[in-house]
Amino acid sequence: MAVKQLSVFLENKSGKLIDAVKTLADNKINIRAMSIADTKDFGILRLIVSDAEKAKTALSDQVLCAVTDVIAVEMKDEAGALCGILDVLNKANINIEYMYAFTASTANGAYVVLRVDDNSVAESVLKKNGIATLNNDELQKM
Amino acid sequence: MYYQPEIETASREEILKIQNEKIVKQVRHVYDNVKYYRDLMDKKGVKPEDIKSVDDIKKLPFLTKADLRDAYPYGLLGTDLKNCVRIQSTSGTTGKRVVAFYTQKDIDLWEECCARAIVAVGGTNEDVCQVCYGYGLFTGGMGLNGGSHKVGCLTLPMSSGNTERQIQFMMDLNATILCCTPSYAAYIGESLAEAGYKPEDNKLKAGIFGAEPWTEEMRRSIEKSLGIKAYDIYGLTETSGPGVAFECEAQAGMHINEDHFYAEIIDPDTGEVLPEGEKGELVFTSLDKEAFPLLRYRTRDICVLTREKCSCGRTHVKMSKPMGRSDDMMIIRGVNVFPSQIETVLLNEKYPPNYQIVVDRVNNSDTLDIYVEITQELFSDKVSDTQAREKALEATMRTMLGIGPKVHLVPPKTITRSEGKAVRVIDKRKLHD
Ligand SMILES: [Zn+2]
Repeated sequence: MAVKQLSVFLENKSGKLIDAVKTLADNKINIRAMSIADTKDFGILRLIVSDAEKAKTALSDQVLCAVTDVIAVEMKDEAGALCGILDVLNKANINIEYMYAFTASTANGAYVVLRVDDNSVAESVLKKNGIATLNNDELQKM
Repeated sequence: MYYQPEIETASREEILKIQNEKIVKQVRHVYDNVKYYRDLMDKKGVKPEDIKSVDDIKKLPFLTKADLRDAYPYGLLGTDLKNCVRIQSTSGTTGKRVVAFYTQKDIDLWEECCARAIVAVGGTNEDVCQVCYGYGLFTGGMGLNGGSHKVGCLTLPMSSGNTERQIQFMMDLNATILCCTPSYAAYIGESLAEAGYKPEDNKLKAGIFGAEPWTEEMRRSIEKSLGIKAYDIYGLTETSGPGVAFECEAQAGMHINEDHFYAEIIDPDTGEVLPEGEKGELVFTSLDKEAFPLLRYRTRDICVLTREKCSCGRTHVKMSKPMGRSDDMMIIRGVNVFPSQIETVLLNEKYPPNYQIVVDRVNNSDTLDIYVEITQELFSDKVSDTQAREKALEATMRTMLGIGPKVHLVPPKTITRSEGKAVRVIDKRKLHD
């Protein structure tokens, strides 16, 4: 099961990021994880939040944003854990567009978010190798 | 085929002789009847007797859109209102609308010009001519309608819109010539395909498309989708309407009806007349108009004139498709660039017309940066997608403009607007000069 990520297109100008984050706080939306990719001109903010659709509605007047399906994988918070996951995907010739990790106070504690072209293919490959992916419910319960 | 073969294929000497006779009379007519222009001539110290031939036209003062605004509505009227039979008007998208007056003779000559255009694309009294330019104040519908009557075509006065009905009449009544804007022709083509028609299913053979800028690519695509030959037509309300110039079978430039309109190309900055073949602003002097006789009217359209022999046998000078507007021409690295060219690319590539052009000079070299607002549909969470979009736009722009810009995609509503209208061009070079 894929999880929902909020992607926000931002101008590389100071203040733009703060405005967006403030709107999320005002709407009581919790940010679980985030990453920013930026170029000289623009940045793309990627967020795993408590409610992606609600966040999109809250932000839509202010910034250009979209909800994208990504894969989130739980892993042990220890050396080499990520390696195993990447290895599986690599062997299956699955290209990763981008990824970022976050931690939480759960049993295993560590998570990685993966953006691939075809979520269902990647998920079935992971599943075959005994690696479970998170769904939105699990994510919200954290 | 020609509508008026004697004049359309007259020798250069004959055309010049006609023009010389007409200009002397026309300048006298204007000086005696149009106070606004008489004042301009007096101010410049030019008397009607100074104009002995078209060579002397360069002595006359220019008229601009601003003059038309100042003189609105009756200031440039060349005859009593009781001699006028019609008014036509522009859409008025920029500033006050232009109202032009016509006597019956003015309308006859205008319709003859349109008839020449229709015959030039193969029109005869056996054709069914579907006119879907707007009728009414806009000159498109009325002009082509009149021209079609003069040729003797069976005329379908459809006016614009209601595409379903357009297609029904086109198919049921076997229309052979289509007159409309190029964008509407493209739309009709798409709609025909959607309705399940193939290009060979219709009886159309030619189309006369004008009133807005269009590209060669658009011509080819319309020709393919409708299975026709597509021809350009040029005109403006200020000079009469469509038919001032029209394309012939050569599809390489539009013949200007020189017996009615004298054309010059000037340097838009200095007003100096440029030699044949040079790119500049098109200026028209009407040689016959009675009610609205504009002399040296600056069209603001940038184009090139050529008197090279045309394969169609017509001898009238040809103008190129307008390349842009003089009031927004930029010279970047020695190349003329128009915002309209940039806008055309953006619209073709499904971008919104929300953009800003920034020209600057870095290390003595001009830079061109184009900021374009991205839309929800074009937004991707992948950086590589956005960068690929920028690169693709840059490549298309380079082909179109002849110089390479840097394209920046920016979030919606970030381009500065003043009074609701986007500021299109920022030329920072002026700050350095
Ligand atoms: Zn020709």
